Amino acid sequence: MTSAATSNAPRPDVIRLDGVAKQFGVAPPALDSITATVRGGEITGLVGPDGAGKTTLMRLMTGLMLPDAGTIEVLGHDTRTGAARIQAEIGYMPQRFGLYEDLSVQENLNLYADLRGLAKSERPAVFDDLLTFTDLRPFTARLAGNLSGGMKQKLGLACALLKKPRLLLLDEPGVGVDPISRRDLWKMVEALTEEGVGVLWSTAYLDEAEACHRALLLNAGKLLFAGPPSALTERVAGRVFKLTGAAGRRRAILACALEEESVVDGVIQGEAIRLVVKRGADPATLRAQAGTEARIAPTAPRFEDAFVDMLGGGPGGRSKLAEATHARPADDGRPVIEARGLTKKFGDFTAATDITFEVPRGEIFGLLGPNGAGKSTTFKMLCGLLKPTLGEGRVAGFDLRRDGAEARNRLGYMAQKFSLYGDLSVAQNLAFFAGVYGLAGALKRERMALMTEIFDLGPHANLSSKDLPLGLKQRLALACAVMHEPEALFLDEPTSGVDPITRREFWTHINGLVEKGVTVLVTTHFMDEAEYCDRISLIDRGRSIALGTPDALKARVATPDNPDPTMEDAFISLVRSSSERAAA
Amino acid sequence: MTVSTHSVVNGSRRGSTVRLAALVHKESLQILRDPSSILIAFVLPAVLLFLFGYGVSLDTARTRVGLVIEAQTPLTQDLAASFQASRYFDVAVARDRRAFEEDLVLGRIRGIIVVPATFATDFTARRNPAIQVIVDGSDTNTANFVQNYAQGTVGNWAAMRGAETAARPPAINVQSRYWFNSELKSRNFLVPGSVAIVMTLVGTLLTSLVVAREWERGTMEAIMATPVSATELLAGKIVPYFLLGLTSMTLCVAIAVLLFGVPFRGSLLALYALSAAFLVPALGQGLLISAATKNQFLASQVALMSAFLPAFLLSGFLFEISSMPTVIQWITLLVPARYLIQSLQTVFLAGDIWSMFLRDIAIMLLIGSVLFLLAARSTRKRIA
Repeated sequence: MTSAATSNAPRPDVIRLDGVAKQFGVAPPALDSITATVRGGEITGLVGPDGAGKTTLMRLMTGLMLPDAGTIEVLGHDTRTGAARIQAEIGYMPQRFGLYEDLSVQENLNLYADLRGLAKSERPAVFDDLLTFTDLRPFTARLAGNLSGGMKQKLGLACALLKKPRLLLLDEPGVGVDPISRRDLWKMVEALTEEGVGVLWSTAYLDEAEACHRALLLNAGKLLFAGPPSALTERVAGRVFKLTGAAGRRRAILACALEEESVVDGVIQGEAIRLVVKRGADPATLRAQAGTEARIAPTAPRFEDAFVDMLGGGPGGRSKLAEATHARPADDGRPVIEARGLTKKFGDFTAATDITFEVPRGEIFGLLGPNGAGKSTTFKMLCGLLKPTLGEGRVAGFDLRRDGAEARNRLGYMAQKFSLYGDLSVAQNLAFFAGVYGLAGALKRERMALMTEIFDLGPHANLSSKDLPLGLKQRLALACAVMHEPEALFLDEPTSGVDPITRREFWTHINGLVEKGVTVLVTTHFMDEAEYCDRISLIDRGRSIALGTPDALKARVATPDNPDPTMEDAFISLVRSSSERAAA
Repeated sequence: MTVSTHSVVNGSRRGSTVRLAALVHKESLQILRDPSSILIAFVLPAVLLFLFGYGVSLDTARTRVGLVIEAQTPLTQDLAASFQASRYFDVAVARDRRAFEEDLVLGRIRGIIVVPATFATDFTARRNPAIQVIVDGSDTNTANFVQNYAQGTVGNWAAMRGAETAARPPAINVQSRYWFNSELKSRNFLVPGSVAIVMTLVGTLLTSLVVAREWERGTMEAIMATPVSATELLAGKIVPYFLLGLTSMTLCVAIAVLLFGVPFRGSLLALYALSAAFLVPALGQGLLISAATKNQFLASQVALMSAFLPAFLLSGFLFEISSMPTVIQWITLLVPARYLIQSLQTVFLAGDIWSMFLRDIAIMLLIGSVLFLLAARSTRKRIA
């Protein structure tokens, strides 16, 4: 039911922030004089990379934390004096959803109904509504710990909605959740706004901001932008172009383009290159470099284009790392990574069934899929962390089962939760990983010095790696993974949540390495990372349901209504139709 | 100000009761479903009791020693026979102490008892005959034991010898009576002590772990953002673990009395009153630790160091407090387990002595209220 009042009249403010500041210890301020409002009846995106201050701001809004300076008014109550009233009237879903994993779905609902003081007489109707809304009815007896990520997220939302809040605060509801569940949740939340509920949705995915009514863009504790997302993308209007027709050379062309004075930002999107140019610059000059077959056409600006533009543009296209890497001899025809009929069973449960693919030298291959689909299992079998039940995996020609150590020496591994030793300093981490990969003596010193120089780690050499800002941690993790010049690089969600500048730096290095003949296997939820892949295997229910270039996968789901689908559209559509086939 | 707004929002007293009941119910479900709670509350106590009941015994039976008889005379042979007949020693005999030196160094024997060549002449001449006892000082308990029992054996032998020869009887005749633990079974006083250990584990270690777990998993943040008050949060943890502590104590006592035949001479009322009083400081400490650390690993370390080890070492459980250095003795005054153990040993072995119990209960409640006050101060409804 959408009343005329909520759709036309100016929506009331549900949160007012005035000069809010918060600092922890001697670190730079987590939040620096934030002044903004959040309105009822709409979704406001709280957007920014990890460490931007999103969670701190949300906690301040709940009254669980107090600001050092400034005031926060939530639903008319100051958080300093009215925290209890605020907590009675809002719904809050913290990261990881705040569920008791050893309680069942129904027990979690009962607990939060009791805590929120939902009258016994209202319960049957409310539970009924929420279970329908979240599709959780068949699972009421299941322990929350045994739900999938998407289902946990829905249950977390249901618990926050028990007593019809006027304001709903969602802290990164999309983290660790696949695009399908994210889209479902979004629809559920959108339905709430029609009843006048104000929603604050925090996210590190910049594309989510575009769908919000209004966005608050946070970076390093500062509010860079507040308003409708279109007002931000406005600033790069007419400056965003898509360069196509240079598929085989797109990485090299991007590297050159990024060095151009006139180019602000550039990323790879499947077989195309997306470029943002300076005001007044003529993109035609770029086309000349790209060769005669290349075409360049304007395209609709995105939130992220504007964000990077606001930050003063992305990094250059040169990778010192790639330049210092020895080129691998031209193809000897053998694939570097091979999966043949890889199958993994855990008891009765088959996590991966007959996964087969080959990755030739100098290619980026992506494993995509919903949570629990088996992509991590496949990934782990290929880097020698899990023994396959059936089938074989090879890296650089070495069978992982028989010559596991040889194979592992030829691969570099970097995980999303950067597997660094937090208590070791930057230099000690480098030395440790050099040792692990068998580097010693002069060679070890030389490689360590080189990594320190390339990634500009020198000024931080003596800091504990746990105290580094996220961007630096990311660099250090990459440095540790490539120190031994691996032939193959295994990346597990390497840049999710990282700020867009650091992400571009990272992919510049990866693209450069690939040009030198390094082979990359990446597993991710993050559609931007998928766009960098040459080919993708989409995994669902333990099986590869589609394999092809990003553009080919997108083309498969194109419809007259949606002639130019995004990677996310392709993902959702392919997984849906595969489950329908499985159900049939 | 805050109080008034609070009461408005929290609604009636009924709302608060509902919330507390919900928290207690939730916690109980978690305890029943979490194998580690069951492990700490029920399996560990059983294991501890079996260990103390069967494994650890401070009574030393048949200690291996070397007996050196430097001069073979009828007198010294008689003394040797008396050592060999002793039920405390397993004796090997030699003529030279060098025969045993290596064994002592290697720990194959616990001591060397040397009857010097002059012993027989000194004894008959009543010149205060000396024997030498060489012990392995690295294990002080056993060393003391060997020394004392060797003296005892020689003393007994001398007394009998004196009686037989109808010579002048020994000047002093000591007749020992052991009260309360007439069999002198260490099990009988170790078991009450292990009840204290078990309740420390449940009250402090388990409680600090479960609260820290809520911080780690983010559930604490979620429930704090509901109308729950800090008092309800604390009470929601205290009630279930208080009951769990008493249940696991009951289990311990049942095993001790029914299986090990430890006497139980006091009343159940005293047992439960003392245990309940002890759980106050134990839970207070657990809550304080978890509020301060918010991290399971750290919480378990702190709980082990600050609660478990003192309950083990500084409570009079294994080591006599009166034989500790004075400074350490002062420290033991702050260890709640000490008051529980001394009273429980009385409940088991002697009976109800309420003047003692009431004093100990009062002290435990005092320590407990201080800890609770600190815990409540640090568990405000704030994340940082």
